[in-house]
Amino acid sequence: MIEHLLKNARGFFKTYLLLELLQGMAVTGRHLFRRKITVLYPEQKTPLSPRFRGLHALRRYPNGEERCIGCKLCEAVCPAMAITIETAERGDGTRRTTRYDIDMAKCIFCGFCEESCPVDSIVETSIFEFHGEKRSDLYFTKEMLLAVGDKYEAQIARDRAKDAAYR
Amino acid sequence: MIDLLLQIPAQALALSQAYFGPVWGSHVYTLVKTLILIALIVAPVQGAVAYGTLWERWLIGWMQVRRGPIRVGPYGLLQPVADGIKLLLKEIIVPSGANKFMFLLGPLLAVTPAFAAWAVMPFSPEVVLSDINAGLLYLIAMTSCGVYGVIISGWASNSKYAFLGAMRSAAQIVSYEIAMGFALVSVLLVSHSLNLSDIVAQQGRGMFADKGLNFLSWNWLPLAPMLVVYFVSGVAETNRSPFDVVEGESEIVAGHMVEYSGMAYAQFMLAEYSNMILIAFLTAVMFFGGWASPIDSVVFNGIPTFIWLLIKVFFIFSLYLWFRATFPRYRYDQIMRLGWKVFIPVTLVWLVVIAGWMQTPWSIFN
Repeated sequence: MIEHLLKNARGFFKTYLLLELLQGMAVTGRHLFRRKITVLYPEQKTPLSPRFRGLHALRRYPNGEERCIGCKLCEAVCPAMAITIETAERGDGTRRTTRYDIDMAKCIFCGFCEESCPVDSIVETSIFEFHGEKRSDLYFTKEMLLAVGDKYEAQIARDRAKDAAYR
Repeated sequence: MIDLLLQIPAQALALSQAYFGPVWGSHVYTLVKTLILIALIVAPVQGAVAYGTLWERWLIGWMQVRRGPIRVGPYGLLQPVADGIKLLLKEIIVPSGANKFMFLLGPLLAVTPAFAAWAVMPFSPEVVLSDINAGLLYLIAMTSCGVYGVIISGWASNSKYAFLGAMRSAAQIVSYEIAMGFALVSVLLVSHSLNLSDIVAQQGRGMFADKGLNFLSWNWLPLAPMLVVYFVSGVAETNRSPFDVVEGESEIVAGHMVEYSGMAYAQFMLAEYSNMILIAFLTAVMFFGGWASPIDSVVFNGIPTFIWLLIKVFFIFSLYLWFRATFPRYRYDQIMRLGWKVFIPVTLVWLVVIAGWMQTPWSIFN
């Protein structure tokens, strides 16, 4: 009987003294003085993983020969069907792509193309700051992809080397 | 310099009487003087609303370990200006099925009482636009008028979400009006007056005030439960979190404001924040001694009375934002339960307690 009353009284005071509400406000009150964790994006950037999947690039061998052999594995594996490849025989008898297009508006950046590539030709770089003002601006042709590869080859190679131990 | 300024009213009166004749001249003088004084109150309130939104975004940001708006201008100080320009330039879209007159009347009805209530606010012992005897009654009347704006805009929008929001708002505001009214009744009971200046003056008397500890003889201590009820009801009255089911963005998008855009939408925001600041002012005036300094000492009395009021209002206003950063939204039936089954009984009981206390020899209110 007395225990029951005590329990009721405790509940009554707990409710009417607003203890739980004050506890909640203490939590937010403490956080008011915490160090702010906002990253001020254009000035500050978070570190990126070497596995980051950003803009695509086509790589070349050190002698300048393009790696792509036109096997179309990436085209086949692409879940968004963003890749379009056409191939032809080149003068020296090797099969080379005449067309290698990736529609970045379709791409979902899953990285399957990079995984499927037998010669490490198509890769995803860690570039994520690119944009287009219309959809066609995001349609990357072979020349554009090779240009990206040429420009960022050092960084691409560095990222691949870092990740090699885990593959 | 001050002598010259003090001569302005008499000069203006003489000028007006020279133009419009002795009778009409004094009327014109009164009209123009009142309009100028209204502008002098409403303009700072609008500025406070604008920067109240910035302070809200900062404070809630900080409480969420973010930084809040910091990009527009130095430390984001121009953010309200940018918001205002954006809203001014946007088109006011009137839905095709809406009653156009009512649709545009709704925001005005929301914002007008929110500003009209400021007329009786005592900013310092001398500065009050209209020092009427029934000031408290006028305030209750004006703050409850705001619900018409919500209902009319919700109905006129011809949208089910807006209508649902309006219904919720109507029920909620009407319910909390009662508890709020009872809390105010206890205040006027102990102050023997409906005049806000008298209410403030009354709080400066008593056992602790004689010893110089003014802040202990303010109403918040003897009327502590009423203070809680009044402020929480005030939060519910202004449809602020955690009682903002009216907006309820997860289920009814933005309630009565769904169909509004541009300045029509801004009117609602203006009304909401103006009401928040008003409630903060009223809480300060009725429970925290208004413009009085907390301790009767030379240092504290040297600070202008108006500054004391602003400091108190600032803290109470920040409490609103603190609530919003802390509490999840109440469910609708819980709001109704809190209003009807908790606040109204609590206020009724405490009203009787206070009234009984005042009849005993130990009464501190006289």
